[in-house]
Amino acid sequence: MPVKATPAAHTSTGRLGWLVLPALLIFVAFAVIPLIGVFVLSFTSWDGIGAISFTGLTSWKAVLTDPGLPHALWVTFLVIVLSWIAQTPLSILLGVFISGSQRYRAVLAVLFFLPLLLSAAAVSIAYKALLDPNFGLGPGLNLGFLTQDWLGRGTLAMGVVIFIIAWQWIPFHSLIYQGAIRQIPVSMYEAAQIDGAGRVRQFFSITLPQLKNTMITSSTLMIVGSLTTFDLIFVLTQGGPNDATRVLALDMYLTGFRANQMGLASAIAVILVVVGLVLAQLLQRLGGKERNSQLEGA
Amino acid sequence: MATQTATPRSGSRVAGAPKNGTTERRNWLGGAFGWLWLLIVLVPIYWIVITSFKTSASYFGTNPLLPASTPTLENYKLVLENDFLRYFANSVIVTVGATVPAVLISFMAAFAIVRGAGRWLKAVNALFLMGLAIPLQATIIPIYLIIIRTGMYNSLGALILPSIAFAIPLTVLILANFVRDVPNELFEAMRMDGSSEWGTMWRLAFPLTRPALVTVTIYQGLQIWNGFLLPLILTDRADLRVLPLALWTFQGQYSVNIPAVLASVVLTTLPILALYVVGRRQLLSGLTAGFSK
Repeated sequence: MPVKATPAAHTSTGRLGWLVLPALLIFVAFAVIPLIGVFVLSFTSWDGIGAISFTGLTSWKAVLTDPGLPHALWVTFLVIVLSWIAQTPLSILLGVFISGSQRYRAVLAVLFFLPLLLSAAAVSIAYKALLDPNFGLGPGLNLGFLTQDWLGRGTLAMGVVIFIIAWQWIPFHSLIYQGAIRQIPVSMYEAAQIDGAGRVRQFFSITLPQLKNTMITSSTLMIVGSLTTFDLIFVLTQGGPNDATRVLALDMYLTGFRANQMGLASAIAVILVVVGLVLAQLLQRLGGKERNSQLEGA
Repeated sequence: MATQTATPRSGSRVAGAPKNGTTERRNWLGGAFGWLWLLIVLVPIYWIVITSFKTSASYFGTNPLLPASTPTLENYKLVLENDFLRYFANSVIVTVGATVPAVLISFMAAFAIVRGAGRWLKAVNALFLMGLAIPLQATIIPIYLIIIRTGMYNSLGALILPSIAFAIPLTVLILANFVRDVPNELFEAMRMDGSSEWGTMWRLAFPLTRPALVTVTIYQGLQIWNGFLLPLILTDRADLRVLPLALWTFQGQYSVNIPAVLASVVLTTLPILALYVVGRRQLLSGLTAGFSK
């Protein structure tokens, strides 16, 4: 139970407002204004260099009638859902495992963390070489199932993307779960043990329900993370093959900075924001009231 | 007490624990998966490292999981000769230049939000919390426009300023959680001693929040160090490349020389790995505490 700092000290605390100014100014300049700006830009036409001209709803009409948009939304949805399914159960399982007190588990946790240190660019480049159908690990070891054109076929490429996201991020989420599991009162397990509940029963009746808030935190990070996956896919597949991995964020980049249609790209970016906000709201709802009040803080 | 605490989740060491059978079964499942995951994590990393010491010729001919019979440093030499140190310096400037100010101003904001009162601070806090949901990708076009129009295109400052902005929401959230845990009595005691809020912030809250400060510094530092999108969009000069971008262009240039590409992967990861070895205890404990609150 954190000790709440009660605002009893009204004498001096009222004058603290200016302390937020540096953070506020830079945040407004490079996050809030761009957020408003992208909305404004979606009603313009701009090639990235020349003049910006207002063109009303033209960009929106073009984006909303382009079959590329539903496709990019679908691919993004797939990445979000599949990587959640791949990561959550395994992260909880690993979290339970490393929260045990044996020394070797702590050592493992240290090693599990390594993938997080690598940049998405480094990971993608390494996996590209590792999965090469001619010179990668599969042909080198003569393993048939590993010798496939991993990045040349749509479903396989999607599988690789999901795998690499999981490879890099499961360690992070299992650490979050480990922390939460350690905070579950031991007495709950003792009581369950006296009542004759086995390990599996204890897991489903105590551990999982107690992890509810953590699951929401972890899922939010996971979903926002997969929604904005860019570097990984950009370096790994450039959205290919045949746009099979062209997620929304990449679609926006290619439209804006490759096809030089910033108006269209801004409209896609607005859609990205809306999807993100809707998902974040949904997850907050799942968390219920207590969670909200905790997040709102002081 | 200590041994009791360990009982329910790792019971195997406790003699005569009543549910020993079930304990072992679960340990077996978790253990098997834990070790399997270790393999999944380490095999690619091991492969990257050993391959980076192979010659191009032996890369095509030998078992990929066996180290080179005659390891070579040629690949590393090639990468280092290709301006690696410049890219490294750029990465250090951007990472330190963004992380340190971001954490300091976020700490000031967190302190004010926890210790202060009033609508203004509540509104700012709400704005920062909303900021958690703003994806950098979605704002990149206006950021590009701002950077171009202010003449900052092709400068390291162009990478630093947006990086600070996007580090603020999460940093404020985590630091505020920790400042909130400082007992009010300590603040009262400082006030009794005649300390100003400014002094209280740096002499009381700052040291007491240290674990969280270290954690967010490492976390944001890692994010910025590995950042790819901002450098890709806000610079196009070779001498301003940061490591992830250099890696990507290097891969384009040397796509036939896989060992050299992997040596560049190792080199870009090495500095961060060294930091991890030094600060991992702090990072791991800080992360578990910071995110599970």
